[in-house]
Amino acid sequence: MGFSDADLAAIWLTLRLAGITTVLLLIIGTPIAWWLARTRSNWKGPVGAVVALPLVLPPTVLGFYLLLAMGPNGPVGQFTQWLGIGTLPFTFWGLVVASVFYSMPFVVQPIQNAIESLGERPLEAAATLRAGPWDTFFTVVLPLARPGFFTAAILGFAHTVGEFGVVLMIGGNIPGVTRVVSVQIYDHVEALEYAEAHWLAATMVIFSFLVLLALYTLNPATRRKQA
Amino acid sequence: MSSAIHARFNLHWPGFTLDVDLTLPGRGVTALFGHSGSGKTTLLRCVAGLERAPGGYLAVGGEEWQDGSHFLPTYRRSLGYVFQEASLFPHLSARGNLEYGMKRVRDAMAGSALDHAVELLGIGTLLDRRPDQLSGGERQRVAIARALALKPRLLLMDEPLAALDLKRKQEILPYLERLHDDLEIPVLYVTHSPDEVAHLADHLVLLEEGAVRAAGPLGELMTRLDLPLARDEAAESIIETVVAGHDDNYKLTYLDFRGGRFAVGRLQRKIGKPARVRIHARDVSISLKEHRDSSIVNIIAAQVQELAPLNDWQMVVRLGLGPEATVPLLARITRRSADMLELTPGKNVFAQVKSVVLAD
Amino acid sequence: MKAEMKAVVLGLAALAAATLARAEEVNVAVAANFTAPMNVIAAEFAKDTGHEAKLAFGSSGKFYAQIKNGAPFQVFLSADDAKPAKLEQEGMTVVGSRFTYAVGTLVLWSAKPGFVDDKAAVLKRGDYNKLAIANPKLAPYGAAAVEVLEGMGLMAAAEPKLVQGENIAQTFQFALTGNAELGFVALSQVMKDGKITSGSAWIVPGNLHQPIRQDAVILSSGEGNAAAVALMKYLQGDKAKAIIRSYGYDI
Repeated sequence: MGFSDADLAAIWLTLRLAGITTVLLLIIGTPIAWWLARTRSNWKGPVGAVVALPLVLPPTVLGFYLLLAMGPNGPVGQFTQWLGIGTLPFTFWGLVVASVFYSMPFVVQPIQNAIESLGERPLEAAATLRAGPWDTFFTVVLPLARPGFFTAAILGFAHTVGEFGVVLMIGGNIPGVTRVVSVQIYDHVEALEYAEAHWLAATMVIFSFLVLLALYTLNPATRRKQA
Repeated sequence: MSSAIHARFNLHWPGFTLDVDLTLPGRGVTALFGHSGSGKTTLLRCVAGLERAPGGYLAVGGEEWQDGSHFLPTYRRSLGYVFQEASLFPHLSARGNLEYGMKRVRDAMAGSALDHAVELLGIGTLLDRRPDQLSGGERQRVAIARALALKPRLLLMDEPLAALDLKRKQEILPYLERLHDDLEIPVLYVTHSPDEVAHLADHLVLLEEGAVRAAGPLGELMTRLDLPLARDEAAESIIETVVAGHDDNYKLTYLDFRGGRFAVGRLQRKIGKPARVRIHARDVSISLKEHRDSSIVNIIAAQVQELAPLNDWQMVVRLGLGPEATVPLLARITRRSADMLELTPGKNVFAQVKSVVLAD
Repeated sequence: MKAEMKAVVLGLAALAAATLARAEEVNVAVAANFTAPMNVIAAEFAKDTGHEAKLAFGSSGKFYAQIKNGAPFQVFLSADDAKPAKLEQEGMTVVGSRFTYAVGTLVLWSAKPGFVDDKAAVLKRGDYNKLAIANPKLAPYGAAAVEVLEGMGLMAAAEPKLVQGENIAQTFQFALTGNAELGFVALSQVMKDGKITSGSAWIVPGNLHQPIRQDAVILSSGEGNAAAVALMKYLQGDKAKAIIRSYGYDI
């Protein structure tokens, strides 16, 4: 007993989805985290709450609204059709967009916490040493907040791998395009193919364990004795 | 005048207001002195651009850093800043910290100037260590070198010694004093320690509740009887002197100033070098005649300028030394003595100075 | 006085006991697609018999797994006929209790009015962006849809445009939101009071696929439960059948 071709396709697709989503989230999430960590604007609360929504919303709710929004009559769908790229549901990039929303808090919050715990001082010190904002970000913030970025990347990746409800809602279960591991497991279970389900499910459990193990043992934040 | 600093800031925060309009000299150390909450650090941060004071004005050496419509961000201002805690970057070695700013300015220190700064601050052997392997005093010295290495037009120091214990303070103070003699650029130095002021400052800005109570040369402000400094238990006068000669027989050194000459214990300092001395008000007594039958060495002609009661039995007297009475000196005497000697402004007397302490 | 009180209390207790003995409770696992008609039927059932049917709705596959692992259901209304049969084989049911309570009707539906005509021309032309079907491995409606496409010789043309819902409800969602222009869904999803409420539809003739049987069965734990027996009987009565038909099912 092992993985079928369909299982392997699902695993590869899942890793690709999680990888691309993580990279995009680091790019999109970092400025959001930066802003949330440093702003004194009244919008901090609302924006922070919106980012955190996927933590408490059932994924199916998010998936349902994404399906509506990205559909041909939804605002996102209207926009993508206007761009000439059609609609996003049932496509790989649709899953990427959904995953970016869904895993956003897992990336934004660790980075935000890391930046908040840096405080103003290193940024001010860098400014008095002639480093502009971008320069400061890459030479001071990034190295000092590295544990936060590390945590963010791992959680974002792992959470996207484990994503199910949203994919179910907008994926359409197309092999090699939107049929990710969690959906494949679901299908096995629903089809009463428990042996196949075990293989994939056990692999997921072990993978998730290893990821979290890496997070807790390799993270510079927990390794470093003093701040 | 073009090298001077002109600063005008107006800030209103809940429970705090800063309202200053200052012209500061373009050379020497200006101490921003006051209690906590007096606004001295906020003023320094405004000068650095770390705090935005809308509508403020700041010009340094003829270059406008801020006016109503224009605000030069901190990283574009030619300044060095030393924070209360060293604030070294923990991910860089001492050398990495030193070089961080140097890489970012075109005409940073290099070669012998850099070696000199490193030597001046005694950090040559520390450069390969990480900040967490340095003591508090060592970290602060690296931070000072890091700021100086930029060759800034203005050096800002925010209580650089306040976070250190007495031992570390005494370890750094000599470095700062050397710096004081070496540095060509103006320094704004925030402190609440009269001791640091006496050692380091040339000019003083006295801040109270976000406003300037007084500003001027140190010697003058410390002896103004309407200011709290002169009325303090530890009130003292600062006098700038020059080494005039040595008496190797009695092991004395003569220090000349505009009002006369002090004799102090032999100094290891070359003739012609400056020497700053501090004289406690309680160490100065007044006589009407020049007593040559006393053991007191330093007796100097003076004129009474102003008197003020200190408490119900003591008075503080400001004397002017020298022919034009231009060098101020505080004396603390009993009210009874003041009456017996009939001291009034304009009266010519002799100041008997029991103790002259070198302050640099 | 005291004795009279005692008699009243005893009488009330006896009455309560008798009522409890007659009015029993039954826990029913109901396939999600049968939610609406079953709610109506359960209400009528309570009114007519005094028994209470406590309903849990969900996916038949999950119910199967839960039942195998000791879930406290006495009756199972599946979305297919395979799972009740499997449970029967595995000796987890009351033998002889299994029957078909509803037969699903497959319909090709679009949210756009006039998009689907009564000959399914649009499907034959291939003039649509996506065709939503239920996962044929999991849902009888999906299997029937595949059978229809293959029977019409359209599978090869349709395959690149197929998107799958995990169940028939999700499949309907894809079509309803317009993300798929076409969907093979259950007539019960688009019909109310015997009429198709919106969009356009082609009711797939029953001869194009195996009947979509939904079977019910009493589970082993329901043995001797009077309410379970009564519910099964009630489902086969005319009143229940009328309700079931009004929701677009055959029986």
